[in-house]
Amino acid sequence: MYQFHYERPKTLADAEALLGKADDPKILAGGQTLIPTLKQRLAMPSDVIDIGGIKELDFIRAEGDAIMIGAGTRHATVAQSADVQKHNPALAVLAGGIGDPAVRHMGTLGGSIANNDPAADYPAACLGLDAKIHTTKRLIEADEFFKGMFETALQDGEIIKEVTFPHPEKAAYMKFRNPASRYAMVGVFVSKGPWGVRVAVTGAGQNGVFRVSEMEEALAKSWSPDAVAGIKLPAKGLNADLHGTAEYRAHLITVMAKRAVAAAG
Amino acid sequence: MSDKASGEGIGQPVRRKEDFRFITGNGHYTDDISRPHQTWTCFLRSPHAHARIKSIDTSAAEAAPGVVAVFTGKHVADDELGGLICGWTVTSKDGTPMKVGPHPILALDTVRYVGDHVAMVVAETLADARAAAELIDVDYEALPATISLATCQDETAAQVHPEAPRNTCFEWELGNKAETEAAFARADRVVKLDLTNNRLIPNAMEPRAAIGEFDKGSGIYTLHTTSQNPHVARLVLSAFVGVAPEHKLRVIAPDVGGGFGSKIFIYAEETACVWAAAKVGRPIKWTGDRSEAFLSDAHGRDHLSHAELALDKDGKFLGLRVKTIANLGAYLSTFSAAVPTYLYGTLLSGQYDLPAIHVEVDGVYTHTAPVDAYRGAGRPEATYLVERMVETAAREIGMDPAELRRRNYIRTFPHQTPVIMNYDAGDYEASLDAAMKAIDYAGFPARKSEAASRGKLRGIGMSSYIEACGLAPSAAVGSLGAGVGLWESAEVRVNPTGNVEVMTGSHSHGQGHETTFAQLVASRLGIPMEQVEIVHGDTDKVQFGMGTYGSRSGAVGMSAIVKALDKIETKAKKIAAHLMEAAVEDIAFENGTFTVRGTDKSLAWAELSLAAYTAHGFPSGEIEPGLKEGAFYDPTNFTFPAGCHICEVEIDPDTGITKIAKFVAVDDFGTVINPLIVEGQVHGGIAQGIGQALLEHGVYDAESGQLVTGSYMDYCMPRADDLPSFTLGFTKTESPSNPLGMKGCGEAGAIASPPAVINAITDALGIRDIEMPATPARVWSALQSAAPRAAAE
Ligand SMILES: Cc1cc2nc3c(=O)[nH]c(=O)nc-3n(C[C@H](O)[C@H](O)[C@H](O)COP(=O)(O)OP(=O)(O)OC[C@H]3O[C@@H](n4cnc5c(N)ncnc54)[C@H](O)[C@@H]3O)c2cc1C
Repeated sequence: MYQFHYERPKTLADAEALLGKADDPKILAGGQTLIPTLKQRLAMPSDVIDIGGIKELDFIRAEGDAIMIGAGTRHATVAQSADVQKHNPALAVLAGGIGDPAVRHMGTLGGSIANNDPAADYPAACLGLDAKIHTTKRLIEADEFFKGMFETALQDGEIIKEVTFPHPEKAAYMKFRNPASRYAMVGVFVSKGPWGVRVAVTGAGQNGVFRVSEMEEALAKSWSPDAVAGIKLPAKGLNADLHGTAEYRAHLITVMAKRAVAAAG
Repeated sequence: MSDKASGEGIGQPVRRKEDFRFITGNGHYTDDISRPHQTWTCFLRSPHAHARIKSIDTSAAEAAPGVVAVFTGKHVADDELGGLICGWTVTSKDGTPMKVGPHPILALDTVRYVGDHVAMVVAETLADARAAAELIDVDYEALPATISLATCQDETAAQVHPEAPRNTCFEWELGNKAETEAAFARADRVVKLDLTNNRLIPNAMEPRAAIGEFDKGSGIYTLHTTSQNPHVARLVLSAFVGVAPEHKLRVIAPDVGGGFGSKIFIYAEETACVWAAAKVGRPIKWTGDRSEAFLSDAHGRDHLSHAELALDKDGKFLGLRVKTIANLGAYLSTFSAAVPTYLYGTLLSGQYDLPAIHVEVDGVYTHTAPVDAYRGAGRPEATYLVERMVETAAREIGMDPAELRRRNYIRTFPHQTPVIMNYDAGDYEASLDAAMKAIDYAGFPARKSEAASRGKLRGIGMSSYIEACGLAPSAAVGSLGAGVGLWESAEVRVNPTGNVEVMTGSHSHGQGHETTFAQLVASRLGIPMEQVEIVHGDTDKVQFGMGTYGSRSGAVGMSAIVKALDKIETKAKKIAAHLMEAAVEDIAFENGTFTVRGTDKSLAWAELSLAAYTAHGFPSGEIEPGLKEGAFYDPTNFTFPAGCHICEVEIDPDTGITKIAKFVAVDDFGTVINPLIVEGQVHGGIAQGIGQALLEHGVYDAESGQLVTGSYMDYCMPRADDLPSFTLGFTKTESPSNPLGMKGCGEAGAIASPPAVINAITDALGIRDIEMPATPARVWSALQSAAPRAAAE
């Protein structure tokens, strides 16, 4: 690690002020990505602003037809929340399948989507559930938020405050784990709700999470595993590495989509 | 014998003495040690697989905060330090010795793999050292790298060492070529297979670490390090590297968190720490991090082979012909030349009566980390080849694989194979029978069709393995090129109060010596285990030892203890005879009590121990005071653990995921001292073997030579949920080659399991071969090309 200046503000306002003052600051949430990056000397922020002590970022609230989750909420908390399990069980399952118990008790929703790892799980839920991302500056639609590998619409000094997940009628997430990292090699989130049908894929795309309109249209006509079984995505634009070719990932998208629809019922 | 003592005796599942300290965080690993005025070091490593070093500018690093010194290859050369050595010389078939390129402690003008050591920064803190290392300006001229095993011997491939044309270190052969050719000429059937044995990265839980120290007053150097064999480290560092004379160098290997072979070797980092400690006049500490372990620990396996098996019309094996290219990496490591030769070719007879064998092995250099012994070392590669060939042959001739094995098992002992080994004892059919029964072999077809009804592909595969352990008779290994003898030493020191310290040249880094060795000593002397202390891992305490690897600690290390105990008993009886005024021949020793036969005279162990040290009234000249004996034990033969592992898999054809449905291991380890520990060794070994078969793969980028699998994000270690619950069984034929009849159990699981898994997968898929690791992606693509035969849906 390189040396940096460390702050742990108690309020969002203080955090914003600190971010505004610093030269080249970094927000620290659960640290599950940032700390390893710092340890490997791959980042050299002037200031690390730890938002882990900000109580107003840690909440889960079910209100009306949506669940609001604070950006600082840990994956384990989401997985175990009675509200999430009741209104959005697919989201609880997704959160409960991230990493291992240690990671789930440290990693946060905000950190996960701000990081936008192309193999992360939460981006699929956000996109697959038409989520709204509230920041200290504005509201960003999930469709506008994820901009490519490790890139988001967030601007300097902008802190994610909460994510609103509208309740789905049906939803499920199927994850094919990378055997080594256990991140998603292919994760498919399917849902049906006021927004219509959504199919969001993480892990497979070179530019991170994306929607599959062909599958969405097919499922809108007929919500059944068979509706997607025949839809093969082109391998172009998909990741290829030592764990699998692009063709394999394309195939897995169909398999996982089929299984997700079956699981969603 | 007291209840307690019998509960601790040989064959009892005594809980490991060492575990309490380990699991409560009270172990003492090298990194737990800190020395007064200690400095820290880190190594600047090559970012290139192959490059010329045009210049190194260390001035900015030297001026950086906290920096004590910066060393490069030039300093090492100025001190006329020798390079790292390979302690085993392999001779090519044309009679020339292997071609060895120098392996400097710090690179002088060329770097040969990503992670090669370029410079060493010594500083007040680790952070200072790391920060300064980034300020070292190395001007590299990047050169093309040779990575691929298949093409490294091409004329056009970049040369790793000018000393070794076509990157070939040796072209070795073993067996009888003419007889083998004749066998193939009269064969009714020849089965051919190309096989890959994937590169593995060891991943001991504790990374390598070292603290080098120099005491100006005495001129004595001390190296605390993560070693499986501290005396060998001292020998190499003094005799070959020339850091310090042997009597001025102490090597301490305290608690060591796993080795699997990777901590046998004498590496650059540890060497540099002890050498540089004298130069800076302060202790120097280095603790490798996980990334460094991936880059610079010696890797394992990495073979390409072509094999042919000749059979007659009844399925009797006539001959085996093997050509293997074995990757040695960029430099020879401490034992690397022996691994793909004498630890590999000599096991190619498997459990079978194979009248003719001829094996050729080319040991080759590539611009990758050195490759050396890793759990099993050569024997997993041999077993994989033999058992894949046998299974493939059975399928091709349409015979049940168990039946084909039965037809070819060796049944009389001793049995001389065509490849040096003389098997002394075994009953291979017994373990096959037991394994088939345990897995319900007969019920497999029903399970297969039940799986098919769920859309799953089920397959079964077996592996009848043999290994040579108890390394090794010194004369035998000497004649094959070893630079050392492979005996073991022990010293039993009885204290005046009757408790006992046992110095062993073996080293425990997970094997549980403190328990099993104490069980042996306690049951022999009739005292409780807690009165026995096993001392190992310090060249100042133990006279000499060859360390632990090759499943040798029991068969060789404990045999040395038995020999020392024999001497203790002889001397103790002499003292007892004197004290009880009887003839030595009339003294009996049982359950910790000396008696005079035919009388009621007796003497307890503690009384005798005290008397040995008071020595009052010992007849002068006849009995020396004290009770301490040492022994060196040199085995008469290798030992030959063998057995049968059977694996049943279920494959999801949609995703290519392989699930291990059942795994049975039946092993013949001869005498078992502690079944709990032995089962633990088998479990760990199978986990590593399944890791090799399904998950683990050390991969370099074919062009750049960067290590692609440099972290757990890409290098897939087996996790608990990748593994089934294993079913273990044991059969027993005692080894006639050591006093306890032990064979060794440390490597069997890793040796036996990979072919069982791959045989099961190829059975499920109905294909001839699949490369390890059989990842979901590979299984899926195999299914795409094998379809529609295997499509169960
Ligand atoms: C071993 C391991 C396994 C894992 N497996 C998975 C997996 O299977 N699936 C998966 O999805 N993830 C996985 N992760 C990632 C983990 O779940 C975390 O979600 C992720 O690391 C980021 O969350 P964090 O809270 O730790 O963020 P941090 O590491 O603290 O921060 C990550 C980034 O987000 C920024 N950031 C954090 N919070 C905010 C905010 N509120 N507003 C704006 N920017 C912010 C930080 O500045 C930083 O750039 C794994 C991690 C580890 C270590």
